[in-house]
Amino acid sequence: MSAPLLSIQDMSHYFGGLKAVSDFSFDVPEGVIYGLIGPNGSGKTTCFNLITGIYTPTQGKILFQGENIVGQKPFRIVHKGIARTFQNLRIFSNLTVIDNIRVARHFTTRAGLFASFLRLPSFLKEQDQVRDETMELIKLMHLEKRAYDLAKNLPYGELRRLEVARALATRPKLMLLDEPAAGMNPKETEDLMNLVRRVRDEFKVTIFLIEHHMKFVTGICERVKVIDFGTTIAEGKPEDVVKETKVLEAYLGRKAVVC
Amino acid sequence: MDKMKLPKLAIAGAIFYVIVQILIVTGVLNGYFVVIINRSMIFVILAATLNLINGITGQFSLGHMGFAAVGAYVSGTITTLIFKLSPHVFTDNLIFIAAIILGGCAAAVVGFLIGFPSLRLKGDYLAIVTLGFGEIIRTILNNIDYVGGPRGLLGIPKFSDFTVIFLFTFFTIVLLRNLVQSSHGRAMLSIRENELASELSGVNTTHYKVLGFVVGAFFAGIAGGLLAHLLQIAHPTQYGFYASSILLIMVYAGGMGSLTGSIIAAFSLTFLTEGLRVGIDWLRDSVGIPIGTEWTMVIYALLLIFIMLFKTEGFMGMRESKVLIIEEKHV
Amino acid sequence: MGSIFSLQQIINGLQLGAIYALIALGYTMVYGIVRLINFAHGDFFMVGAYAAYGAFYLFNFFLPQGNTMAFAALIMAMLGSGAIALIANKFAYKPLRYKPRLSSLVTAIGVSMLLEYLFSALPFIGPSPRGFPDLLAKHIYHIGPAEISNYVVIDLSVAAVLMIGLTILIQRTPMGRAMRAVSQDKDAAKLMGIDVERVISFTFLIGGSFAGAAGLLAGLTYPRIQPYMGILPGLKAFIAAVLGGIGNIPGAVLGAFIMGLAETFATAFNSLLGEGIAFVILIVVLLLRPNGILGEKTADKI
Repeated sequence: MSAPLLSIQDMSHYFGGLKAVSDFSFDVPEGVIYGLIGPNGSGKTTCFNLITGIYTPTQGKILFQGENIVGQKPFRIVHKGIARTFQNLRIFSNLTVIDNIRVARHFTTRAGLFASFLRLPSFLKEQDQVRDETMELIKLMHLEKRAYDLAKNLPYGELRRLEVARALATRPKLMLLDEPAAGMNPKETEDLMNLVRRVRDEFKVTIFLIEHHMKFVTGICERVKVIDFGTTIAEGKPEDVVKETKVLEAYLGRKAVVC
Repeated sequence: MDKMKLPKLAIAGAIFYVIVQILIVTGVLNGYFVVIINRSMIFVILAATLNLINGITGQFSLGHMGFAAVGAYVSGTITTLIFKLSPHVFTDNLIFIAAIILGGCAAAVVGFLIGFPSLRLKGDYLAIVTLGFGEIIRTILNNIDYVGGPRGLLGIPKFSDFTVIFLFTFFTIVLLRNLVQSSHGRAMLSIRENELASELSGVNTTHYKVLGFVVGAFFAGIAGGLLAHLLQIAHPTQYGFYASSILLIMVYAGGMGSLTGSIIAAFSLTFLTEGLRVGIDWLRDSVGIPIGTEWTMVIYALLLIFIMLFKTEGFMGMRESKVLIIEEKHV
Repeated sequence: MGSIFSLQQIINGLQLGAIYALIALGYTMVYGIVRLINFAHGDFFMVGAYAAYGAFYLFNFFLPQGNTMAFAALIMAMLGSGAIALIANKFAYKPLRYKPRLSSLVTAIGVSMLLEYLFSALPFIGPSPRGFPDLLAKHIYHIGPAEISNYVVIDLSVAAVLMIGLTILIQRTPMGRAMRAVSQDKDAAKLMGIDVERVISFTFLIGGSFAGAAGLLAGLTYPRIQPYMGILPGLKAFIAAVLGGIGNIPGAVLGAFIMGLAETFATAFNSLLGEGIAFVILIVVLLLRPNGILGEKTADKI
């Protein structure tokens, strides 16, 4: 069994006096689709924010491909191979679809400021390459018709695909999806499940997602971890986990989850 | 590979230059109009650079004229105090160009310093800090006797003429356009759109926010130098919050995020100011209505409020004219 | 060195601080309730000074000099500024209430410019400075080596009375409770049945009128008024509010007195430092402790 892609060790994070995440440890093996579920406020998004470097954990280690990434700036963590989508879509509304995705390839370019001021051949060549790579991705995501439309004019489902495309453009090894199925009808959810599987299979990306949508979780996740109040309360295969009493208790009395 | 495309911007620039130059040489445009055109072009640089910081990168700078002040005083000191240069000596013109660029560099250093607060502060607070920096620059200049203190730096040789100003303005626009329509520019735009998502798409947002200030300050410093050598004086009051506010009105009127808009607004508002001044003087002297030129500023204030209430996107919004867009192969 | 921190300078600093406090309170109240830095607030201060000036010349016909006149001028100053604040809120700020905050900020800049240039352009107000009338005879007392005029006493006591009044308003009246609610959570307050817009208008009225009172005191104490007199004091009072913790009422008062003292001491030391000390304070505060002395830390939810 090779080393896990992502290994979180004894991670804790406090906001002032409030413990958001405590003594959190788990491994995400390479190639799986891993789910993190739990009631609202249980610390799931905080966990993502900690992994992507938006917050620095008060204690603990986050090992990505063996390297401890705690304390690194978010953009560097992206360069290392972790990409992320957001719960409330964060797209670049006034940019076109192609520009939205191209931005995520920018860090791979070498041409500096002067080369861009003067439009030197080396710069132009790189720009063409980035554009071609982006168009490839757009075709794979079935967004060709929208390539030159402003992102703010896209319908919700296509925006989700755009966000995934943008995250994929960073050529990640691990992709964090924050409630990707939020606000989707059953057909859209089905399409999303297929998309996530395709991303994992064709792009060789390990998927780690947060979701409330139980059908989605049981339909697509290979392993699932349940957290509440910042600590693990269950882990394992989805069909086993949802039956555990502790998990049912955590959800009892709270807003009904779509089952 | 890009095929040979028409260099639209170069053609447009050349047409403009040739037409105005002919009008000057044939005497159709007298010195008065030439000064207004020259000032318009300088304000094009100032508005476009403020647009780079506020409109493209999404920061908020209220002390932009401070950068111009640095450029004005540095270049003015070189041509007036250190070397007493004259426009009639050919080599002096070359030193003048170097002085202008040095002024820009000095301004860029200041821009770098001001860029740092932008990393930690947002919106309102950033606005106040940049305003504070602008005022600090003005206060310091007001108190340095070597450059004239409250009297200002006087007797600056008149190196700025239509050709020089046109060339600097043209190149500024070309370079800014190239920057904005490159992947560096898109990185800056993405910061404006959603800074968190930008960072999480691998963009070094720190680097680009500071870069916006540095590049904007550099060209603003050049504009300041050109202005000082046009008006033959550099005075602290020219570069205070009011001047920065007028720039702000220009950029909003033209469209935050549109270089085309900044060009149009700079020319329009500079001509409008002159027109209003002439009109008010006429009303006061010929018709006898007791109004002063302060009414020009009242109109500008109302214009700004009007724009913010009814047409925040200004004239061009975020669009560019086709002349300024670098064509790209659509796949 | 001794003369910088002398009793005289302390008295001068406190006097200046009292005026800054009245202006800073308006800034902090408005920011607390709508998260807007009202750039025009310093100009409400200017309007108050001119309103008092106008009142003097108007009432001169039928009011005796002395305390009654001074009191009437104070009322007119507060009413004038309060009215302008209400108008600015209704026509310039309210329409942009739910748009991006930057739009309101830029509009406030516009309102500020409008007031300054309008007052400058109107021929009967004019751009030239005017001498403020002697509303009250000046008496000078001595405490040790220091001079303390009755103006100092007036400045401090008017400020104190208004501040105490404000505290009572905020802590003990229904409107005060509503103001506190709206500044904590506008939407929740609305759901509780509070007429949020009315509370906001009222806040502008109070904040503006305090600035107007400061304008009268400034006219009295430093008797030259001109249309641009609000720019620097407004900026400094704002910095004072930030120093104390923007949105925090006691913080504004604390910050204002610190600012008044700092400025007085700095000017005594070196006039350049005196001009720049406010901006130095601003940069230090924003870089080291952006929430101010009494401000609370707010975390952004991502």
